[in-house]
Amino acid sequence: MKNIAKKIYVALIFVFLYAPIATLMVLSFNASKTRSKWGGFTFKWYASLFRNEVILKALYNTLLIAFCSALIATVIGTIACVAMSGMHRRTKAVILGITNIPMLNAEIVTGISLMLLFISFGFKFGLGTILLAHITFNIPYVILSVMPRMKQLNPSTYEAALDLGASELTAFFQVVFPDLLPGVLSGFLMAFTMSLDDFIITHFTKGAGVDTLSTKIYTEVKKGIKPEMYALSTIIFMTVLVLLFLVNFSPSKKSAKDKIE
Amino acid sequence: MSKELIHLSNISKSFDGQMVLDELNLKIHENEFVTLLGPSGCGKTTTLRILGGFTTPDTGNVFFDGQDITNMPPNKRALNTVFQKYALFTHMTIAENIAFGLKIKKKSKQYINDKIKYALKLVNLDGYENRMPDSLSGGQQQRIAIARAIVNEPKVLLLDEPLGALDLKLRQEMQYELIRMKNELGITFVYVTHDQEEALTMSDTIVVMNQGYIQQIGTPESIYNEPENAFVADFIGDSNIIPAIMIEDKLVNILDTRFACVDTGFGHNKPVDVVIRPEDVELTDPSEGILQGVVTHLIFKGVHYEMEVMANGFEWLVHSTTMFPVGQKVGIKVDPFNIQIMNKPESEDEEAVAIDI
Repeated sequence: MKNIAKKIYVALIFVFLYAPIATLMVLSFNASKTRSKWGGFTFKWYASLFRNEVILKALYNTLLIAFCSALIATVIGTIACVAMSGMHRRTKAVILGITNIPMLNAEIVTGISLMLLFISFGFKFGLGTILLAHITFNIPYVILSVMPRMKQLNPSTYEAALDLGASELTAFFQVVFPDLLPGVLSGFLMAFTMSLDDFIITHFTKGAGVDTLSTKIYTEVKKGIKPEMYALSTIIFMTVLVLLFLVNFSPSKKSAKDKIE
Repeated sequence: MSKELIHLSNISKSFDGQMVLDELNLKIHENEFVTLLGPSGCGKTTTLRILGGFTTPDTGNVFFDGQDITNMPPNKRALNTVFQKYALFTHMTIAENIAFGLKIKKKSKQYINDKIKYALKLVNLDGYENRMPDSLSGGQQQRIAIARAIVNEPKVLLLDEPLGALDLKLRQEMQYELIRMKNELGITFVYVTHDQEEALTMSDTIVVMNQGYIQQIGTPESIYNEPENAFVADFIGDSNIIPAIMIEDKLVNILDTRFACVDTGFGHNKPVDVVIRPEDVELTDPSEGILQGVVTHLIFKGVHYEMEVMANGFEWLVHSTTMFPVGQKVGIKVDPFNIQIMNKPESEDEEAVAIDI
């Protein structure tokens, strides 16, 4: 009896969590244009989505920004971790704290302050400003995922490489970096995901006529919802889901496998 | 003695205002097995890191083969280090680990393969080329770390408590392995440890360190039999350290009793410390002893009995293969040759240490 109650409770939680998304996904396959009636199963919204050049352009922007900002943030964040690992314990704690603040800060505040900053420096709003904004909010996520790896590192391995004649750079890339790699990869994927589904900050830092998927959906919805948007949202949801799976499972699985070997 | 290879000259180093090494001077010769021995925090690892080039001294110079290498980075030095926690590259196979230094020096493939074979044979791990470090036991990993260092043919091998993480049996085995390797390779070993037994077993020369100072340098025999001060006597093995007065050459007053000894040159009626090793205290019939006492403790240790004997207000530690039961009256005798006279500590530092331990 108690067990059944438990299971029902868990099921209810999942229903509440996923019912909205499930509705969206179901509707994206609904042949009828109205939401209230099931008109049969169809892929036509997906097909028309991929014929819509405005949306494809927005998709291209989104992927470009997500990839570039994740890549640049990963490089900066990893270098930051290396630098922090060499710091005094107290300085390190302070700096780590400071890098964590942007993650907790309300996105709308980050968005508006970035917008004001770009205006005061006379930046031209467009892809460039979106990219800069995304790099900014991505760096903490990279640090968050690389730093634990850094802490696990045996500091002697770097010294051992130097001892065997390697230059500082060789020692870093051949010995330290491979150990950091799982953290770096998951940091990159996390940053990519964060950039992919960001709306608020993008909304404040984009120029007129430049759109990412999320801002595009927002403008479209204001005009009235088209079923293509359901299809698009479903695709975004699935992409993020897959990425999250990769972030959470790939590195740990790999290291576990290494251990067994 | 063979040629001088390393000379540490007036080395001082402090971390965060705390003095770790104070004006240290040390010479290491070719083909010598030198052990830096001392309690943790005595500066032995810092000395090794200065030799390896991982730490720069605040003052002083490091000479290697007559050349000043104080500021030379570790990757340019003709010495290699075996680290305490093995520090193997976990994402590389054993063969790749061993080849690391040789690949950087751009040696030929054939040369590298021969070297890997040779090194694995030397450390008794033939056929482990394609294993990953994680799949090896601690002792095996440490042997790979040694193999990785020696394929580079260093003139000096630095070892930082390499056996610290191993269990007793393995540690003893590895001690013999290390002596064998040193003899086969004919290179200088500088070995850091806090384990006096390890130091006594393997070294040609032991450097006893404490609080950033060298306390004594000598062969294992001289360090054990003729400690220069109470710290050395206490740190190396068990000992009875007793305050005494040197009446004249070859005669010392221990606990109001005159003992003959062999030391000279301490002056007349001078306060000194004497060291008598527990195995050098002979227990006899009360009438035959120089001192009389009563056995207060008795423990069977396997090879010998460990007893404590109360005599003239001092608890003597005695190791003997003959057993005397608790409460028995005994006589104490010491061969003059086995009484080691030491000067009283001069600095307060040394005194503090002697009490600490």
